[in-house]
Amino acid sequence: MPAAAHILEARGLRKSFGANEVLKSIDLSLAPGELVFLIGPSGSGKSTLLRCCNRLEEPDAGSIQVDGEDLLSPRTDLNRLRQRVGMVFQQFNLYPHLRVISNVTLALRKVRGLPRAEAERIALGALERVGLAHKARAYPGELSGGQQQRVAIARALALEPKIMLFDEPTSALDPELVSEVLQVMRDLKKSGVTMLVVSHEMRFARDAADRIVFMEHGRIALQGTPAEILAAPPGSRARDFMTDALH
Amino acid sequence: MQWDRFVEVFANPAMVARYGPNILAGTWVTLQIAAAVIVTGIAAGLLLASLRSYRWRALNLLIIAFVDIFRALPPLVVILLVFFGLPNVGLSLPAFAVLWLVLSCILAAFAEEIFWAGLIAVPKGQWEAARSTGLGFGRTLLYVVLPQAIRMTVPPLTNRTIAITKNSALGTVIGVPEILNQASTAQSFSGSGTPLFLGALAYLVIFIPFVLLGRAVEKRFQWKRH
Amino acid sequence: MNELIAQFFDLSIMGQVLPLLLQGLWVTLQICPATIPIGLCTGLAVALACTARSGAVRWPAMAFVDLFRAVPPLVVLIFAYSGLPFFGLRLTPFMAVCVALLLAMTSYFCEVFRAGLETVGRGQREAAASTGLGKTTTMVYIVIPQAVRNVLPDLVSNMVEVVKLTSLASVVALPEMLYNADMARAATYNATPMVLAALIYLALLWPVVRLLSRLENKAAH
Repeated sequence: MPAAAHILEARGLRKSFGANEVLKSIDLSLAPGELVFLIGPSGSGKSTLLRCCNRLEEPDAGSIQVDGEDLLSPRTDLNRLRQRVGMVFQQFNLYPHLRVISNVTLALRKVRGLPRAEAERIALGALERVGLAHKARAYPGELSGGQQQRVAIARALALEPKIMLFDEPTSALDPELVSEVLQVMRDLKKSGVTMLVVSHEMRFARDAADRIVFMEHGRIALQGTPAEILAAPPGSRARDFMTDALH
Repeated sequence: MQWDRFVEVFANPAMVARYGPNILAGTWVTLQIAAAVIVTGIAAGLLLASLRSYRWRALNLLIIAFVDIFRALPPLVVILLVFFGLPNVGLSLPAFAVLWLVLSCILAAFAEEIFWAGLIAVPKGQWEAARSTGLGFGRTLLYVVLPQAIRMTVPPLTNRTIAITKNSALGTVIGVPEILNQASTAQSFSGSGTPLFLGALAYLVIFIPFVLLGRAVEKRFQWKRH
Repeated sequence: MNELIAQFFDLSIMGQVLPLLLQGLWVTLQICPATIPIGLCTGLAVALACTARSGAVRWPAMAFVDLFRAVPPLVVLIFAYSGLPFFGLRLTPFMAVCVALLLAMTSYFCEVFRAGLETVGRGQREAAASTGLGKTTTMVYIVIPQAVRNVLPDLVSNMVEVVKLTSLASVVALPEMLYNADMARAATYNATPMVLAALIYLALLWPVVRLLSRLENKAAH
């Protein structure tokens, strides 16, 4: 695939926290519409890698191109570029003092400068996509965990990002609320959104992911389609990790 | 201690008529100082706390030094130092201005600590979520973080504000014609206890409403503490 | 710049004035142990009264607290010094200061203890009751110790306030540190004695304030 078509292109990423080298020269690319899962044991660097992709973590070395623009360059307008990278957090991080609709419109109004009516129109559209338009005037505190996470997804979607990053989106949810969020993610995949997901939801990965990237000790140990990983020779850490989680 | 004697000494009608207007004038001065100090002190405290959240090391050290110094020094010491010291280096400020300046700095110092505690109590995830949608530092602070931080600060802030604006009484030492000054002067001239009593009443009239307001505010925000 | 130093940091004046200020400091330090322990006890007592179930106990207690929260400490001091004689009670400056500080302190500490008592969860009282502990025993062994631990930073903060309040004694001519510094200032036409007094207060209280800051910020998490 031609390099210019990649939505995300990370080369040679390194990151250390103090003496601990968490990312040891990572190369990763995502093509448009791909759903890529990052899996691996804790401490393998998956969350750090994800958070580098919108510069919530600053890599010590390497380069990241997002939609053709250099994410790490000091000349880049980071705020503008961040709008093209949507992020969904494990703890949802909705703004508790604002209604659901305002949570979604805040960036549209204050960064893009859209008038309220226009912003609300777009926001309602995003909330429709996650099935929560009817909760637009509620406060986050009134919603269940699954609903809050779906609003968080809508908040990111409203900005029409080129790529969505998911940092353990269902890990903080009660088991019965997980499926509604996964359903939204399936719908997003169907509508062609590029997604990079860190998660333990292995069944979802097996069924929906285009590619699975297995990380260990700060390196990419193995990547391939779910079928390829599962077909790896026995003793392969990646295969074992996946099959353990599937049972 | 008979009631008549009490009235004779502390509520003498002649004295009330003679010195009542003075106390009233003093009350007006006290109110002006209180209002001015509250506005500038809290605004400055909020500004300092916001600057501190930028996490710029050099600036933070300055802010922390300022806050520590004004929290550690007795207000009267600073007032006297500024009032008597500055003219000797050519800067002559009227007593009212000195009182306002010093009390504002002190309120700003305490307010900064209170706002800062509120700011750091806002989960880091709120910053990250806002920044990840492209909001800049200033807008994140203004629309997402401060609204959440301020809710936590109202009860301690009301208490501190009352305590510090009461220090307007210290103005008497440098000649600001506020309540205590008027009352003390009147008492020296008249030898009667009435002006003092009137002065105390004036303070009650001004500050009891604030104290009660503080209690009501505290109740309203009680659930937030957990 | 030289002017600034000469006016505020004249070392020779500092040297001359230091013994005088230290004498004053000694007086200040005498006021504190005389008043703080008593203030803590009375504060706790009034706090318990404020949380009593009987209205007849609660209302006067709260009125007392609100009264002294509304009136400036200096006014209380002036009242104690110049007002009490009208009642036939003539106090020395030292006594007047102690009385005024005690009244103010009781109300401050009461507020602190009250907040502490309220945050000790009801569950604690219920657990104690369910094991048969009486009300007083519960108070003494379960509730009060936890309340005190919860509000330790606030207590220390208020104690710092008391040390600062002692400077008010200068207004009634008690020869504590600020009074002596002010006298020296008037005598030398130089602000250095005041600066020295300020530096001594800083030396005394800055470490405590810094410590308090760290305690408060830790508690916020």
